[in-house]
Amino acid sequence: MSESPDDRKTRYQRVAYYPGCSLEGTGHAYNRSTKAVGKALGLALDEVPNWNCCGAMEVKNVDPKIQTYLSSRVMSIAANEMQASVVMAPCNGCYHNLKKAEYDLGHDEASREVVDRIARKSGDAPYRAGQVETIHVLDWIKHGVGEGALRQRVRKSLKGLKVANYYGCMYTRPRHIFPEKDQGAGSESTLKPHFMDDLLEAAGAENVDFPLKTACCGGAHTLSDSDTSTKLVLNILRAAEAAGADVIATECPTCHAGLEMHQVRAEKVLGEKTTVKMLYFTQLLGIALGLSPRSVGVHENVSDGLAALKARQLA
Amino acid sequence: MSDADDRLCAAAQLEPPASAARAMLDVAEDVLARWVVARGEAPTDATREGFRLLALHRQGAQDVPSFNACRETCREIAYHFNLLSSEPDDPATAQRRRMMTMLVRHLELFVGGKLEVEGLGEFCCASRPLRAGRDPDDVPSRP
Repeated sequence: MSESPDDRKTRYQRVAYYPGCSLEGTGHAYNRSTKAVGKALGLALDEVPNWNCCGAMEVKNVDPKIQTYLSSRVMSIAANEMQASVVMAPCNGCYHNLKKAEYDLGHDEASREVVDRIARKSGDAPYRAGQVETIHVLDWIKHGVGEGALRQRVRKSLKGLKVANYYGCMYTRPRHIFPEKDQGAGSESTLKPHFMDDLLEAAGAENVDFPLKTACCGGAHTLSDSDTSTKLVLNILRAAEAAGADVIATECPTCHAGLEMHQVRAEKVLGEKTTVKMLYFTQLLGIALGLSPRSVGVHENVSDGLAALKARQLA
Repeated sequence: MSDADDRLCAAAQLEPPASAARAMLDVAEDVLARWVVARGEAPTDATREGFRLLALHRQGAQDVPSFNACRETCREIAYHFNLLSSEPDDPATAQRRRMMTMLVRHLELFVGGKLEVEGLGEFCCASRPLRAGRDPDDVPSRP
């Protein structure tokens, strides 16, 4: 029998938190704003102790099964040491890798053997598929609070702020590792994701019609083939501007850094200037909940979103 | 792909909006056809959900899961084609025309990038290691 929305809501009130490496570095503002918004909404986070890298690009490219082990170790600590049923990862890369490890351990005997062997060597309890549920920060707020309750808590409406929501790729692709998506009403769509739109709309923002919300930014090739990435990002930024957006809301530290970095690079290398600003959706929600821009780390962004917020009397 | 962008710019200016939509859709189909040809296949003339574009995308993504990175872009192009063709007098027509242009341009950029660097989209959209299938000992020696 499937879980009721109320039971899920109860389960999401306290979750194991896996910030991952990016949120301690380039995505620090995302970490800060996620924690601040959770606190303001009465949701509790228990950081996974002694967590490790999810395997990200580096390990995955050398040996994908070791990446499966690294991601599974985080889930194992949450399940076996914290007795948690939910792990929340705000970074799309971490979220994606944990979901992929979950899928591989549920479907691939060779992956299970490698994870068991390395876990034995390192003295960890091996993770078994299904022990925990991995969710994104969007799921956490959408299902743990919901738009109705969020709307009631808004102290400074984002009214008048035009937002293009950019989800990037790893939140929805490949589809098979996200079995909970595309399940009809109430579930997230891999074709046209909307959870970020829903939450920001509840906070008063005006979401613009932005058809490039999952378009490829060339992210993984940003170092080896920067020109392709710059051109792809530039088209995304221009489309957001053409759609009338003041800001692009992001929910991934890699997307966020990529958009910021290539916005600067497009101006320097291609002479193409765009002025749309990037803000994490958690920063926007925090401001709507009455938190100061500084407390959600707006000053840590490369893209100066403060002016866009001030223009709407939001800062 | 620069010739495709020139054609796209010209196509976007056509009147009425339905003609612009048709011409932009043609550019998008040609872009996908180039990818299919580069893989040594003949581009399909079949349609899927009424669009050759979607059939070409399906053909191009065969055995290349990372090509799904442009799945949503193709579907949005088809959607905008329908809007421009069926509601040419809608007040949003100018904006829809602009957005369809940017969608087709994104497809050009993605496929152009993929033709240069085949691994584009492999790591993220297909969740595959970039070096899958390579001998791990096949490391270039230092000069």
